[in-house]
Amino acid sequence: MSGEADAIIIGSGPGGATVAEVLTRAGWSVVIMEKGRNHLLDHDDMTKPSGDYSNDEIKFTSRYFLGPDPLTEPRAFRLNADEGEHTHVGEVNSIPTTVGGGGTHADGKVPRFREEDFRTHSLLGPQPDAHVEDWPLDYEELEPYYAEVERAIGVAGRAGANPFAAWRSGPYPMPPGAPMYGATLSSTAAEKIGLHPYEAPTAANSIAYDGRPACNNCGFCAFFGCPIHAKGDPVALLTKAMATGRARLMAETYVSRILTNGRRATGVEYIDAAGAMHTMDANLVVVAGGAIETPRLLLLSGLEHPSLGRHLMVHFQTIVVGHFPALSLHPQKGRSVTHVHDDAMAQDDAARAAAKDAGVPWIRGGLVEHSGGGHTIMSARHTPWGRAHAQAMIAGDLRDHMWAFIMQGEDLPYATNAVDLSPSIRDARGYPVARVTYEPGRHELAASKHHGKILQHVLEEMGAEYVIHTSSPGVSYHGIGATPIPESRHVIGTARMGDNPDTAVCDRWGRVHEWDNVIVADSSVFVTATGYGPTLTLVALASRAAHHLADSKPMGPVPGGAVTGENAPSGAASAASAN
Amino acid sequence: MPVWLSEQEYATLLAACQQMMPSGFGGPGADEAGVADYIDTFLGAFTFDPPRIWAGGPSSGRHGGEARFGDFVPLSRLDELAWRMRIEGSQGRPEREFNGPVVGLQQRYREGLAALGADFAEADGKEQRRRLRDDDAFRELLWEHCCEGMYGAPEYGGNRNGIGWSYIDVEGDVQPRGYTDAEVSQP
Repeated sequence: MSGEADAIIIGSGPGGATVAEVLTRAGWSVVIMEKGRNHLLDHDDMTKPSGDYSNDEIKFTSRYFLGPDPLTEPRAFRLNADEGEHTHVGEVNSIPTTVGGGGTHADGKVPRFREEDFRTHSLLGPQPDAHVEDWPLDYEELEPYYAEVERAIGVAGRAGANPFAAWRSGPYPMPPGAPMYGATLSSTAAEKIGLHPYEAPTAANSIAYDGRPACNNCGFCAFFGCPIHAKGDPVALLTKAMATGRARLMAETYVSRILTNGRRATGVEYIDAAGAMHTMDANLVVVAGGAIETPRLLLLSGLEHPSLGRHLMVHFQTIVVGHFPALSLHPQKGRSVTHVHDDAMAQDDAARAAAKDAGVPWIRGGLVEHSGGGHTIMSARHTPWGRAHAQAMIAGDLRDHMWAFIMQGEDLPYATNAVDLSPSIRDARGYPVARVTYEPGRHELAASKHHGKILQHVLEEMGAEYVIHTSSPGVSYHGIGATPIPESRHVIGTARMGDNPDTAVCDRWGRVHEWDNVIVADSSVFVTATGYGPTLTLVALASRAAHHLADSKPMGPVPGGAVTGENAPSGAASAASAN
Repeated sequence: MPVWLSEQEYATLLAACQQMMPSGFGGPGADEAGVADYIDTFLGAFTFDPPRIWAGGPSSGRHGGEARFGDFVPLSRLDELAWRMRIEGSQGRPEREFNGPVVGLQQRYREGLAALGADFAEADGKEQRRRLRDDDAFRELLWEHCCEGMYGAPEYGGNRNGIGWSYIDVEGDVQPRGYTDAEVSQP
């Protein structure tokens, strides 16, 4: 088949959707190839969202509605090479495989990185066994793209709320949504011990925005698709791209190989929904499969580089849970997480002392999310069977009386944590699956221990009867049975960017050094993980890369904090203009 | 009339589920909620068209909006392969054994229910619980599905009339009504 568009974009998640929107806005034509199903866009009119999402715990948490299915698209896992080929086959860091990718299941927290996050090596220095380096760009260069994507997807937040945040060229497009009751209590407790909680910047409408309704706090947020599409990432970008008439979205289309001739990609080989193989020519190929599937595809396509697949980072999650028998915290009402704090990323005397005790030069924690208990089926699974079950469910400890902090602890870029091709495990189409090798290092364990104690103190200040401290992946000192397989959906760093082609897979624009016309537009290109979720930064980088290709400029922030759309709450306009 | 299990197997399943979630201890039992029907429907998912794998959306009609949960989502070719593998097992078919044989849920239930004994439904409660405790793997599988059958959306065959939700005072799905800001932020 001959080329039908200016660019082929592999993957329709936040990165691919961003590139599609920017390029089509600039007049380019694109074909988006997504291996997952389309449950996001209306099947008859892809400029509109669909009605497939729902408040359905079985569908989303038991039956892999957003994919990948671990039987037909498994991954392999091992802690390290000493464990042999693998110790587990099935689900590993399963970001959705579906139109919209990881944006569909996220609760939409979208913090920016700070200026210092691009300069970790310069500011803090190296770490043993890890390749901590500075990024090949800085915050000032990325800021206009942060502003553009916040406006394009719709982010609710309050400028100035976070004392650790970097400067902004404009306000947030929308004010924060309603604070969850539990978060108001945990924020008060955190402030009492000197921390600085604030409303999490969230890509879920707090008011009607851009033709989509305000979030109505249904509680089925994290790990669920939004039935009313109040979450904007990436449905806002995909529908805009489709509305130009210059985008074609091919769902259930599995790109098996990027075809190359010397330094140039000539197109892709793909398998359609019926299982037939085809090729499509392209002048530009954009790879946006995420930090596990992107290196997998690059490896399957024959790219060789010492850093390809290496430096996998997932955020070592510290989970501290308090039990509050006298409080009904009703976490099922709200947007999963409404408050966060950044203090665990600051360098202070206590953190420096903890680092010294652990024998590492420094430690950094991560963003701490204030959140509540589980949904009903999940809670039920953890109660006893038999005569005690009903009373345990009525008491609702796991559902209504738990409040937790989850710290997205910064992972360091260890070369031994990596994605490669499994020697023996195959997907249903016969291709080698990704094998994840991941083990937390001394830095991650030290940061988790240090900051976990602080978080425990906050929950005690809040009135917790008892506190449990665990992590994902689990480690033995917690004393609670926990899997070594990380459950984080933040996957980062496996095709790092940099100016040195000997050590970086991609250049400062995300272009693969070895191939002139292949761009990586997802969190594979990250040099370091920081302690922030990757979504907004990968989207900003994708926007920057696409504008560079199209020689166009970002549209800038929302002017003056204007509140747009129907149902704007009274006073919101003046509050927003004060941002 | 069971969808997939034999009458004997269904009777055993009913009794086993009732031991996992008995009535008379503060909540409805598995019988009253239709938990065994949930499991039987799941095992026989492919007797329906579309298969009873994923309920529809965006709303159930229970809190406004159209009643769309009953419009199950059709499966793609790859989805069907995955779910037939999971439910039916690989059955020696090469297209299902790309990573080796897969034992399906139907076989696991058949064998698990048979191991409980043909007289399980007639045994007294203490004996039933003893036999369930003796088979960790089957009991854990059964527990996972009992929880789904008691607390999942009724359109999947269990949680009859939402009884699993009402006895613990939760509303289940709430779109398109949602919750007000005051309900989110106040005690």
